[in-house]
Amino acid sequence: MKNVRNVAVTLAIFAGSLGAWEAIVRAFAIPIFILPPPSQVALALYRGFASGLYLDHLGYTLLETLLGFIVGSLLGFFLGTAVAMNRWVEFFLYPYIVMFQSLPKVALAPLIVVWFGLGLTSKVINAALVAFFPLLVNTMVGLKSADEDRVSLMRSLAASDGQIFWMLRLPNALPFVMAGLDVAMIFALIGAIVAEFVGAQRGLGMLIQSMNFNMDVSGQFSILLILSFVGLVLNRGIMLIRKRVMFWDPSEKPAIETSPEEAVPAAGRAVATPAKERI
Amino acid sequence: MAVATEAITVRHLSKTYATRDGAVAALERATFSVGEGEFVAVVGPSGCGKSTLLKILAGILASSSGEALLRGTLIAGPRRDIGVVFQSPVLFPWRTVLDNVLLPVDVQRLGRRPHEQVGVDLLALVGLKGFERKYPWELSGGMQQRVAITRALVHDPAMLLMDEPFGALDAMTREHMNLELQRIWLERRKTVLFITHSIPEAVFLADRVLVMTARPGRLLDDVRVDLARPRPLDVMNTPEFGAHVRHIRHLFNVQGRIDA
Repeated sequence: MKNVRNVAVTLAIFAGSLGAWEAIVRAFAIPIFILPPPSQVALALYRGFASGLYLDHLGYTLLETLLGFIVGSLLGFFLGTAVAMNRWVEFFLYPYIVMFQSLPKVALAPLIVVWFGLGLTSKVINAALVAFFPLLVNTMVGLKSADEDRVSLMRSLAASDGQIFWMLRLPNALPFVMAGLDVAMIFALIGAIVAEFVGAQRGLGMLIQSMNFNMDVSGQFSILLILSFVGLVLNRGIMLIRKRVMFWDPSEKPAIETSPEEAVPAAGRAVATPAKERI
Repeated sequence: MAVATEAITVRHLSKTYATRDGAVAALERATFSVGEGEFVAVVGPSGCGKSTLLKILAGILASSSGEALLRGTLIAGPRRDIGVVFQSPVLFPWRTVLDNVLLPVDVQRLGRRPHEQVGVDLLALVGLKGFERKYPWELSGGMQQRVAITRALVHDPAMLLMDEPFGALDAMTREHMNLELQRIWLERRKTVLFITHSIPEAVFLADRVLVMTARPGRLLDDVRVDLARPRPLDVMNTPEFGAHVRHIRHLFNVQGRIDA
């Protein structure tokens, strides 16, 4: 009952705001190159997909994003492990990491396009660069956060350092790593889009740029819609993986009923608090 | 009288920690022994070096001077023949109850096959039959501590070190766990060194109670408790039990006056 009511209210709010938007644009005769009405955005969306144009560019941007995500996450994970587990690596590398972390990584996009060209490589590198840090920091924190008592227990059993890593530190770091992946996924998408802005031949970011030159605001809106949908789907994908990997985490137990009054933000429930990230 | 074989021998054992304000003595020339199969409790106020003593015996902390032997061999690092139970259950949430119990078997590569049944049988002994496939968060605090005790027994260690294992439980559960521990001990007859700051708990469980002073921890007395086993909870209302508790408390009070 409650669920049905909530869905109904959600739909009503959605339809209401679209209606209001359409009405305001028409009533004040706002030019279409400033703010297009939802009907025009829907039309642009339909035409883009019907002609196959959007699908082609969407596929390309997704490829850049996923490749960048994989490369950046793997690098971040392994370097984070090295820093957490080796005092010397930490001592010599950490200052650079801190320095680099405070740099807005997207500002590097123009350089990267100059170095690696207008094709796929520069986009993947930029996406990887932005996705890299959340994984690095979270892996580091996760591996170092193993409970002292648990380490003592392992030592009392005469466990080797390797065993303590594989049997305790790594599973213990998983909630942190998953939280890092969650952020890295969205960051990779941002990295890819920004690199496309700077210079590209294909991709949704490039499409937005060229539509902007043509004052095709309806088209831009339609692509923004696609991008937010893509972000949502990618985020869901990570959450599904997280549920499988962290079946043992009580905060992953399925909620019996979620209504606005009971809904708890996922970040509040999660064991891991990912370190604050900058793009 | 036949001399019982010694499971634990501690001679002039001292530990000083280096701090910013200089050296702090946590344990000072402790000397005692525990016989094979004996249940010995150590009581003392907070910060008397009880946990330091336990960590040295567990081989995860080096002593400053003196020596500790387990069945005649020097304890010079972590050993495979010791079972430790900490104040908190220290279970791994990603392992099932049975997998938690089998942690020592996995770490020491003793072979899962032969030990799986040992784990199941031990879980039944501590009253957790049917919980093998559950996860720790599905269990109450008392049940989790039973899992921890089972884990400490699964590799058949020569001695059991327990560091205030029931300190975090509520009073009712704690009494129940004391009875349970006595039952398990009567069945298994492991050598136990049990650390607590509850005098009644020490007297109820132990054959001997070692009384320690506040920092630096020194041994004040070695009290033999000759109450018949199995001891029911009612034993706490007997005059003999009361006499032991009074005697130990008196030792602390006298000590307090001297320190002040």
